[in-house]
Amino acid sequence: MSEAAPLRMIDFQPQDIPLEDFDISQRELWAEDAKMEYFARLRDEAPVHFCKDSEFGPYWSLTRYADIMEVDSNWQDFSSEPAITIIDPEEDFPLPMFIAMDPPKHDDQRKTVQGAVAPANLKNLESTIRGRVQKVLDDLPLGEEFDWVDRVSIELTTQMLATLFDFPFEDRRKLTRWSDVATGGPETGVVETEEQRQEELMECLAYFTRLWQERQEQGLSNDFISMLAHGEATKDMAPEEYLGNLVLLIVGGNDTTRNSMTGGVLALNENPGEYAKLRNNPGVIPNMVSEIIRWQTPLAHMRRIANRDYEINGQTIKQGDKVIMWYLSGNRDERAIENPNEFIIDRARARQHLSFGFGPHRCMGNRLAELQLRILWEEIQQRFHMIEVVGDVELVPSNFVHGYTKMPVVVHPL
Amino acid sequence: MPRIKYIEHNGTEHEVDAEVGISVMQAALDDLVPGIDADCGGECSCATCHVMVKEEWLAKTGAPDAGEESMLDLNPERQPNSRLSCQIAVTEELDGLVVDLPEFQF
Repeated sequence: MSEAAPLRMIDFQPQDIPLEDFDISQRELWAEDAKMEYFARLRDEAPVHFCKDSEFGPYWSLTRYADIMEVDSNWQDFSSEPAITIIDPEEDFPLPMFIAMDPPKHDDQRKTVQGAVAPANLKNLESTIRGRVQKVLDDLPLGEEFDWVDRVSIELTTQMLATLFDFPFEDRRKLTRWSDVATGGPETGVVETEEQRQEELMECLAYFTRLWQERQEQGLSNDFISMLAHGEATKDMAPEEYLGNLVLLIVGGNDTTRNSMTGGVLALNENPGEYAKLRNNPGVIPNMVSEIIRWQTPLAHMRRIANRDYEINGQTIKQGDKVIMWYLSGNRDERAIENPNEFIIDRARARQHLSFGFGPHRCMGNRLAELQLRILWEEIQQRFHMIEVVGDVELVPSNFVHGYTKMPVVVHPL
Repeated sequence: MPRIKYIEHNGTEHEVDAEVGISVMQAALDDLVPGIDADCGGECSCATCHVMVKEEWLAKTGAPDAGEESMLDLNPERQPNSRLSCQIAVTEELDGLVVDLPEFQF
């Protein structure tokens, strides 16, 4: 921490702040949804930007699409260890997980579980997902305000997770809670203290350890826990590594798709012309799903550590420096995407976005995410003329999870 | 121009006249061959342009380099003749090349 109080970005217009004082990680920018115009200035004037001090220590920001692609793909020069978010791990509570490991260990652990979400298995899941979406939508109250985040987005992603883990269905909201606790701390209001956070995560570990023991005694089946318990690369993991990988799989399947399910409804409300396009042509849904995932960018960044001095776009990142790849900014980069600040559901090349990352850490569940969103929108269009947002949305106050805690809506049937 | 044949998983064949120097991925995209997503646009960073090269062409297309290998290796449906089509450059020598497309890109 510096001696002087740091400049509060949100109190100034982006053009009135010296670039050397820019700190895009500041929570107020995210809690109050002000970050986009500050990102625009970084992209234009300092696309590889060094912030010398912040709540999270010094870090580099990459804000252009091409620079992010270059670093994300280059795992030899940019390490994912020991963590993949801007916040450094707690020294007394490390959570090793394969997303935060480099090859070859990353590859061995990832290969153990990725079959569960590979396309061949998704064929088997499609009818289950569709049945659940139908049930959730059919149970919605008509003409009366409710919270879309809780009733639809959280419910559907949590049911999906319960299936992937073969987790007791009636306890499934525990998964939602553990996901929130894993990505939030006292500063986001999810828990009172860091101690409480660690206690809740230890309860998560205890619960899943019982399931591990059950699955170990049974033969290999197609759920994440069984795959981990039987996998050559994972069966002898230490408890903290089991917990770390659980957190990865829970957060990966929860915070992401949940927020795209909410963000899509919001974007269509803000762009009535696009909502009309959707009504006239439901065939656009697969393309729209990619556009929603770009538009929302449910994980705003990933972090790397430079393994050596590295030159990029005129700057030298030093060995050991922390580098933040702001996917959210890259997905608004006019150098790579035409009219990036417009939500266009029939956009050309909609699949070319950064939200899933690139390189060996590219999102393992990306096809499942697309499948869930496609089915959700197909079933919505069978039932509702409009899902109308009728009040202010509440944002997750985080520079990592880019999403919503609440969105009041009224649904209007066909 | 060299001619390349893409065979979809359901057996549908697409023949494309490809410009020398572009990639087998780009030739498919330019001709709207379905089944190749190319999410990263040809940077060997997403593995969504996966194809299986017919045995008799493997000698001419060569083997994947380390970068391609690391991406292919993460695909659970990888075959011994799997390649990322963004990493195969079209040459006169490849006139007549036949590649199979997987049921799904991952």
